[in-house]
Order: sequence, then structure tokens, then C-alpha cells
Amino acid sequence: MYVYLPIAEISVNVFLILGMGLAVGVLSGLFGVGGGFLMTPLLMFIGVPPAVAVGTEANKIAASSISGVIAHWRRGNVDVKMGLFLLAGGFVGSAAGVWLFGLLRSIGQIDLVIRIAYVIFLGIIGALMLSETVRTMLRRARAPVGAPSRKLHQHTWMHGLPFKVRFNRSRLYISAILPVAVGFFVGVLAAMMGVGGGFIIVPAMIYLLGMPTSVVVGTSLFQILFVTANVTFLQAFYNHTVDIVLALFLVIGGVLGAQLGAAYGAKIRGEWMRALLGALVLTVGGKLMFDLLVTPDDLFTLTGASRAH
Amino acid sequence: MAARLHSAARAMLVLLAIAAGALAPSTVSRADPVVADLSSHLIAITTGFTGANVLVFGATDGEGDIAVIVRGPEREEIVRRKERMAGIWIHGASFRFRRVPSFYAVATTKPIPELAAPQVLQRHQIGLDNLRLDASGREADPAYKEFASSLLRLKQEDQLFSNRTEKVQFLGNQLFRASLSFPANVPVGTYQVEVFLFRNGEVAGAQTVPLVISKIGLGADIYMFAHRDAPIYGLIAVLMALVAGSSAAFLFRKV
Repeated sequence: MYVYLPIAEISVNVFLILGMGLAVGVLSGLFGVGGGFLMTPLLMFIGVPPAVAVGTEANKIAASSISGVIAHWRRGNVDVKMGLFLLAGGFVGSAAGVWLFGLLRSIGQIDLVIRIAYVIFLGIIGALMLSETVRTMLRRARAPVGAPSRKLHQHTWMHGLPFKVRFNRSRLYISAILPVAVGFFVGVLAAMMGVGGGFIIVPAMIYLLGMPTSVVVGTSLFQILFVTANVTFLQAFYNHTVDIVLALFLVIGGVLGAQLGAAYGAKIRGEWMRALLGALVLTVGGKLMFDLLVTPDDLFTLTGASRAH
Repeated sequence: MAARLHSAARAMLVLLAIAAGALAPSTVSRADPVVADLSSHLIAITTGFTGANVLVFGATDGEGDIAVIVRGPEREEIVRRKERMAGIWIHGASFRFRRVPSFYAVATTKPIPELAAPQVLQRHQIGLDNLRLDASGREADPAYKEFASSLLRLKQEDQLFSNRTEKVQFLGNQLFRASLSFPANVPVGTYQVEVFLFRNGEVAGAQTVPLVISKIGLGADIYMFAHRDAPIYGLIAVLMALVAGSSAAFLFRKV
């Protein structure tokens, strides 16, 4: 059964995109990752133009993150004040990202930039996942010694920054520049790559801002929800790259997949799954890199200017 | 389908013969050396569109050769060449071609070079080799030829340009017909179907018939909506995401 995607302007098999949504949804349910960094390249592989893949995936992440925000909100795991500072940076960053996206598109380099950014990020994430797994296994092999806990409140140059603000929920007194800068960077990534940016913002919150882990996930989802909603609106407005039909199918598959993943996550040994996910991430990144390096069949490409605007 | 088009064409031909004077377009002088029409003036692209055929038919006032040129709406095309930079293939040099027909097809009674002198064919842009490609003043650039031929080649690969000839058939001395085929990826817009009558290597008559190709159905409506009312479309996309996401959270709360 084929469905025509009106903005991507291709026909795709309904079960293929539902299946992709389901598979990535299972992974996100298992690992608590958004899955944007896998879904956007997968969409490119099946022929969705990279620009449309990015805009549409932002729309899908807005849908999948709201349920997480609701759940964490009920448990009081959202630091709203911190979230608003992140958002302030996120809104500016995503607007800048969408603008840069349109600029790169008009000079014909957007596909290249998206692909290179993915090769870099997938390479880093995949390598980190695999090395983390290896470290966990080595630690398990050795006798379990009481690991020295990480010192979160080391004083560095960052604590000398001005505009200090008190964040009661996170028990922090830090410069407002830090969350705004983190939010800005993740906003740019969301706009350019069609990712929520959880894989950047969560480590940044823990190691850079020093937030307690209990509020990290809820607050990051809070930021991701509003930033991806903003990206969706701006991409639809300026670049016309949000395919609502594609987004709907991805959301349906993703929601079901996340439930499956969450239900079965407890039964599977974490480190093996993480190694598998790491290998998958590296494979996707490797394929993208191969496409960039191999000599193309046809050196010439055609772009109808009317199509690009 | 073909039989129905055929009989429809016959009926139209009779009507045309009777009312030839009344239908005379302004471009044709006095006794109308050639009159032509299409079996359909509208091609509707629906979700399951796999291409379409349109019959062009007409009558001449005597012997001669016919050339039918189909031109889609003009637009700008950018041809880019990939170049290797630090091991990566990226888009390098580019040529911007203005006013390129988005679709171009020819049907004639005999091979194009035999119809008329090269200057005449060039003037009326009959045949892909005679298509004028306006590269915004860069026609003297040494790379122009390579980019222009790539444009023609890529368009032919997309089935949007074709150079097939000898498809126009004469029924007797004066009635002619040709089947024009449009692929699934045909661009939308207003097309011009030009019918030329050649006699002794000169254009003895010509007529232009418009043809509209437009998308219809839900997909087309969404596309139009996304481009015409982009802010509202964006808001709807965000709203859809929020409703879908929160209703999923509600549905699976007990799980």
C-alpha cells in the first residue's frame, strides 16, 4: 500500500515508514533517546529529500516528547526555571538554524552540510556507546570496587561568569549564560539536523551545568518539546519542508514502538543492547560517509529553482 | 480508452471541418492552412497518477509536413557539477539557465532536419538541438557546452525532454493525428502545444493550443496549503504533534 507524501513529493510504502517509526520507537523506549539522529538518515535512505527529512522529524519529535514531558511533569521532575533559560537560548538558536538552513539551501549545499553533520555526530555517539559498553564489561570483570563518585561542583572558569541566577529546583547558583548557551547550541542542531538534541543536552546538563540527574530528563524533554515545536513552525513557514502526512505515520509507528520498547526494556541486558545500538549508529554513519566519498555515477545534478523556493 | 479517444477525435474533426472559419485563431492568416485541437485540455494529476496520453489532431488545407511541439511552463534550472574536495564530493561550479521549458516534446511527420532549413528550425525551436538555452550571458564560457548538454541529458533521463520524431500520422491527405504522452512526474502548469505546417521548407501555418496540467486531490491540497498559508500549516503541524503525543500519553497511561 503506497501513500503519496505531498511535501517530500515521493510515494512510499505505508508499512515501510510505519515499520521504521516502530523500530526507532522501540529503541527510544529502550534507551530513552529521541531517535531523531537515526530516523532522519533512514528517511534520507528511502529517498525523502534531506531538507524534508529534517523538518518532518522535528515535527515528530515534538509529538513524542510531549508524552514524556507530561509524565515527568506529574512527578515534579521538571525544573521550569532552568527550562525557560534553556528555551530562551533554544528559540534564538533554532531561529538562527532555520535561517542558516534556508541560506545553505539557496546555495545548494544544505544536503551536504546535513550529511557531514550526521557523519560527525553518529561517529561520536556510536564510538561513545561502544566504549561505554566495553568499560562496563571490563568493570564487571574486575572486582567491584567502590567507584569514587564524580565531583559535580568543581569550581572552574564557568563559575566566574556574570549574571548569576539561583535555580532552586536544581539547587544551583550559576551564570544564566551557561543554560542559554547550551539551549542555543541545541536549538541550532534541532533546526539543522532534525534531532531533539537529547544526546547533547543531557550530558551538558549533568557535566556542564551540574544539575541533579533526577530533573535532567524531564527538563531536557521540556526544552526539546518547545524547541522542536518552534523548529516545526519555522521550517514550515520559511522553507516549506514539513510533511504532515509523513509526520503522522512516523508518530503512529513511534508511539507504538516506544510502548513496546519500554515494556521489554527491563528484560534485556542493557550493555548488549547498547553495544548493538552503538554498532547500528556507526553503520548508519558509515553508510552516509561512504556516499560522500564514493565517486558519483553522474557528476551533474539539476535543481529547478522554482522547486527550491 | 484509445478507441473512445479515437471516435471523439473523429467527431471533433467533423465539427472542426464545419466550423473551421468560426474557430479560426488570430495567429493563423486567411484560410487557415492548419487547424488543430486536443482530445483533452486538462490533465488532472491524482494520487495514483501514472502518466497520461493526449491526442492532438487537426486538418490542413493541402499536403505538407506537421511538427507538434509541446512546451511546459518555463522556469529557472540550476545545473551543478560535483567536485572532489578533501576527499568529499561536493557541489562545485554551477550554471543558471533562465526560462527553460519544464517539459519539451516533439512529434513530426518526418525527421526534423528534413522539415526545413536549420535557421527556420532554430527560429521556431523545433527539436532539442534547436532549443535556446539562456545561461544569463555566460554562453561564451568554455564550460557552457558541457553544462548545457548535461541539462538536456538530465531532463531526458527524467523523461521530461524527448526528441522522438515521426509520430504524427496523416489520415488521407489533410487529416493528421498524434498521441502525446506525459510521464508520471510531469510538472504542473499551463502548457503550449504548437502545431506547425511545413511546406517547401517554410512554415505555411501554425496554431497554438493550451493544455493545463494540474494536481488534484488531497496531496495537491496539502501541498498548496503548505505553500500558500505556510504559517497556518506550520501551526497545524505543531498542533497535530501535540494532540497526537498527549493522546498517546493518555492512552498508554495504564500500561
